[in-house]
Amino acid sequence: MDPDQSEDSPSNSANSHGPTQPQSPFPDEVLEKVLSFIDSRKDRSSVSLVRKDWYNAERWTRSKLFIGNCYSVSPEIVARRFPRIKSVTLKGKPRFSDFNMLPRDWGANVHSWLVMFAKVYPFLEELRLKRMTVTDESLELLAKSFPRFKALTLSSCDGFSDNGLKAIASHCRNLTELDIQDSVTDDVGGGWLSCFPENFASLEVLNFSSLNCEVSFDDLERLVGRCKSLRVLKVNDSITLDQLRRLLVHAPQLMELGTGSFMQELTPRQYEDIESAFSNCRNLQVLSGLWEATSLYLPVLYGACASLTFLNLSDVALQSSEFAKLLVHCPNLRRLWVIDTVEDKGLEALGSSCPLLEELRVFPSDPYDRHHRDGVTELGFLAVSRGCRKLRYVLYFCRRMTNAAVVTIVQNCPDFTHFRLCIMTPGQPDYLTNEPMDEAFAAVVKTCTKLKRLSVSGLLTDLTFEYIGKYAKNLETLSVAFAGSSDWGMQCVLEGCPKLRKLEIRDCPFGNAALLSGREKYEMMRSLWMSSCNVTMKGCRLLAREMPRLNVEVIKDEGNDDGQADRVYVYRSVAGPRRDAPPFVLTL
Amino acid sequence: MSPPLLGVEGQDQCNVSLMASSASVDTVSQNGLGLKERNYLGLSDCSSVDSSGVSSVPEENKNNLNLKATELRLGLPGSQSPERDPDFSPLSSVKLDEKQLFPLVPSKDGICLLSPKTVVSGNKRGFADTVDGFLESKSTIFTEGNWIFNAAGSDTGSKLAGNMLSHRSSGTQSTIKTDVPAKASQECDNKINGSNTNSAPAAKAQVVGWPPIRSFRKNTLASTSKNNDEVDGKPGPGTLFVKVSMDGAPYLRKVDLKTYSTYQELSSALEKMFSCFIIGQCGSEGAPSRETLSESKLKDLIHGSEYVLTYEDKDGDWMLVGDVPWEMFIASCKRLKIMKGSDAIGLAPRAVEKSKVRN
Repeated sequence: MDPDQSEDSPSNSANSHGPTQPQSPFPDEVLEKVLSFIDSRKDRSSVSLVRKDWYNAERWTRSKLFIGNCYSVSPEIVARRFPRIKSVTLKGKPRFSDFNMLPRDWGANVHSWLVMFAKVYPFLEELRLKRMTVTDESLELLAKSFPRFKALTLSSCDGFSDNGLKAIASHCRNLTELDIQDSVTDDVGGGWLSCFPENFASLEVLNFSSLNCEVSFDDLERLVGRCKSLRVLKVNDSITLDQLRRLLVHAPQLMELGTGSFMQELTPRQYEDIESAFSNCRNLQVLSGLWEATSLYLPVLYGACASLTFLNLSDVALQSSEFAKLLVHCPNLRRLWVIDTVEDKGLEALGSSCPLLEELRVFPSDPYDRHHRDGVTELGFLAVSRGCRKLRYVLYFCRRMTNAAVVTIVQNCPDFTHFRLCIMTPGQPDYLTNEPMDEAFAAVVKTCTKLKRLSVSGLLTDLTFEYIGKYAKNLETLSVAFAGSSDWGMQCVLEGCPKLRKLEIRDCPFGNAALLSGREKYEMMRSLWMSSCNVTMKGCRLLAREMPRLNVEVIKDEGNDDGQADRVYVYRSVAGPRRDAPPFVLTL
Repeated sequence: MSPPLLGVEGQDQCNVSLMASSASVDTVSQNGLGLKERNYLGLSDCSSVDSSGVSSVPEENKNNLNLKATELRLGLPGSQSPERDPDFSPLSSVKLDEKQLFPLVPSKDGICLLSPKTVVSGNKRGFADTVDGFLESKSTIFTEGNWIFNAAGSDTGSKLAGNMLSHRSSGTQSTIKTDVPAKASQECDNKINGSNTNSAPAAKAQVVGWPPIRSFRKNTLASTSKNNDEVDGKPGPGTLFVKVSMDGAPYLRKVDLKTYSTYQELSSALEKMFSCFIIGQCGSEGAPSRETLSESKLKDLIHGSEYVLTYEDKDGDWMLVGDVPWEMFIASCKRLKIMKGSDAIGLAPRAVEKSKVRN
C-alpha cells in the first residue's frame, strides 16, 4: 500500500488556514509520485483530507474522475480542482428513470461537461456515461476535441443518433472501446459502422447489441478482421447465425461475445461449421445475445462454454429442458441472467450444475401477467440456494414467495451483498400464511451482514423497516415500493443505516415527518427519491429551507392537488440549484 | 370447445380501431363491490382487489352488469360522454381481464371496445375528483417516453407522436386506432397509471414503472406476443402461423399455434382478439370446459351464444375445434374460422368421423 502510512503527519484539515503547517519531510514530487499509485476513489478522498500539501498532491495526481451524480458538482468546480484528468465517469438521472418515471427532457445532458473538458482536459482518453442525455452535437464535440480519445461507454443513455456515432467512428483514430450498452434510441441507422477508416485497427471493445439498426455486414467483417486485439464483440440482432460464424472465424480470441439473432434455418453443413467456430473460441468468458435461440441451435454453443463465467440469457426465453442441457456445459459459471420461462425446474438444474454461481438474475417474461405463465416461485429460489452456496447477488422477479423460503435461502447463502426480490404484485403477502413478508426481510438483514443493496417487495409493515434500521449496518442502497405503514418505517431506516447512500421510495405512506427526519442524513447520501408518497410541497419547502446544501426538486403531475409533492428528488450538491432545470422541475 | 369469445382483448387492442369510451369494461370490474368512486385504475382505498381476493370479484361483478354502461359509443377523440358514471374504472386485475365475460353490445356501426387496460377515458374528471379520496396513495400519473399510447379522449389533449406518445395527464386516455405494432400494444398496457393503496394491497394494477423492468427488456420479452399478432415475414422454426377469420369481422388475424399448448389457451387468446366483434360464446362442444370461466350468472348470459370455432384441415375440410388431441390439431390445422353457430351445425358429426378415420 502506501508507504506514507507510517509517516507521522499532523492531520490538519486540507484547507487549514491556521498557523503554517510543518514542512513536509520530502519534496512534492516524491509525494506526487507516491500518490500516483493510488487508484481507489475512497483512498484518494481520504488522502486529500490529511493536510493541504497532500490535498494538492492528490489533486494533481488524480487521473480518474468519478461523479456519481452529475448535478452534485459543476464542470467549473471540477476543472478548478483537478487539472489532469484522463478518464471521466459521469452518472446522471436517478435510477427510476429506467422505468419511465421521469419525463423525457429532465436533464443530465452531458454537453456542458464536454465543453469544459474540451478546454481543460485535451488529453482525455476515456468517457463513461450512465443515464445521461448525449446529443449528436456532443458526440461530434467529443470526436473532434480529444486526439488521444480511446474509450467511450454509453450506458442507458439517450439522445444520439447515427450522426453522432458516425463522428466518433470517423474521427477517433485511437479508439479502443465503443460500448453502447442498453442505450436505445429510435433514430440510429447502421451507417456509422462503415465510417471506421480502412486502416483503423485498434478496437478492443465493440458493443452495439442494443441498437436497433442494420449495419453493413461486410464492413463489420472487415473491421473485425483488422482488429486483432478485439476481445469484446457484442452485435445486435440484425446479424444472423451464419454471419456470426464468419465473425468468429476472424476473432477466435474473443473473451466476450454477444451473438446476434439465433433464428436462422441452417443446413447440416452450416450447423457443423458454426459449431466448430464456437469450439474454437477457447477464451470465451462472457456470452450474451442469443435472440430467438431455440433448442434446435443452442447446442452449437456447447463447445465454447467450458470457460464461461457469465452467461446472459436475458434476451432469450428458454424452456427448462434446453436450459438444463446448456448448463451441463457451463460448470464454471459465476454469473447468470435468465428469463423465468425456465421455471423452477430450470433453477433446480442450475443448482445442480453450477456450484460456483455468485450472481443470479431472473427476469419476468410476462411482467404484466397477461399470459398467466407460472414463471418462477420460491421453490426455484430455494433450489438455487441449496446448490449454489456462494450466491451473493440476486435479482429475482416472481409472483409468489413465502417468509419461510426466504429464511431458508439466506441460511443457505449468508454472503449476500445484493438482495433484490421483486414480488410482482404490489403488496402481496406470504402466499401460504397470508402474513406480511416482514419476517423474510428480517431474516435477510439479520443473516446477511455484508448486505449492501436491498430491494424489498410484497406486503410489508413498518416492522420490516425497523429490522432494516436495526441490522443492516452495511446497507448502501435501499429500494422500497408499495410498503410500510407509517412515517415510522422510513425514520427507522434513516436513523439506523449508517452507510446508506441511495434511498428510492415509491408509493409508500411516508410523509413529511419521515422526510424531515432524515435532513442531516441526506448530506451524507448521494440521493433520495420519493414518488407517490405522502410528502407535500410544504414539507419539501421546509427541508429545502433548513438544508441549503441540498437540492430539493419536485416534479408535479398535472392536474393534481397543489399541495402534493408527487415526485421528490433530494441530493447533496456543492453546485447549488440546477441551472438547466426544465419548467416541470421545481427547485425549492 | 370454446370458451366464450367474450371479454376484453389482451394486448391487441391497439390494433383495433376504437372509440373513446371504456366504460363498459370498467363497470364490470369493480361495480360488484358496492362501488365507491374510483380512479381510472379502479383502485379504491378499501375495495381494490388484492391478490388473495381476486377470484371472488368476478362473481360479484357479474351481478351488477351495467348494460347501459357497456354500450359502445361512437365519438371523436376529445368528446367524452358526459353522462358516464364516474364509477367506472378499467380493470385493475389482469386475472379479472381474461375472465371478464360481460356482454359487449356493439354499437350500430360495429365499433368495438377497447381492453380496459388501455382505455380509461371516461374517468378523467372522475379521477381528479377522487384524488382526495385516496388516503394513502397517490398515483404516478405521469406517462412519458416510450409509452405507446395514443391518448385521445382526454381533456387536455395529448400529443400524438406517431406511435409513441409522450403524454402527461392526471386522467385517463383512450386508445385509438394506429399502426402501432404489437410491441407497442404491450406498452399500452404498461402505461396505465394507477393509484395504489398501501393499506389495501392493489393486485394486478398496471402502474407506471412497475414491475421495475427496463424498456429495452420489455421489448425483447414482448417478442412472444409480437409473434402472435404481426403478420410474419418468415416464420422461424418454432412457429406455426395460421390465419384466423371471423364471420362479419372486417379483417383477419394471425396466430402462432406453437405458442399455445392447450385449446384453452388458444381460445382465450382468440377471445381477446375478437371480443370486440362478438357477443356470446362459441359453441362449447369438444374443448375442455373452461373452469376459469366464472360461474353461473355470466355463463347463463353467454350460454346461448352464436359462435363456434372451426378449422380447415389438411384435406380442406372444415372441422370443429376441440375434438382431437391438441398435437393432432396443430399438425393438421391450416386456418381457423370463427363461424356463426347456425352455420356450424353438422360439423360435429363429420369431425368425429374424421378423427376416427385418422386414429
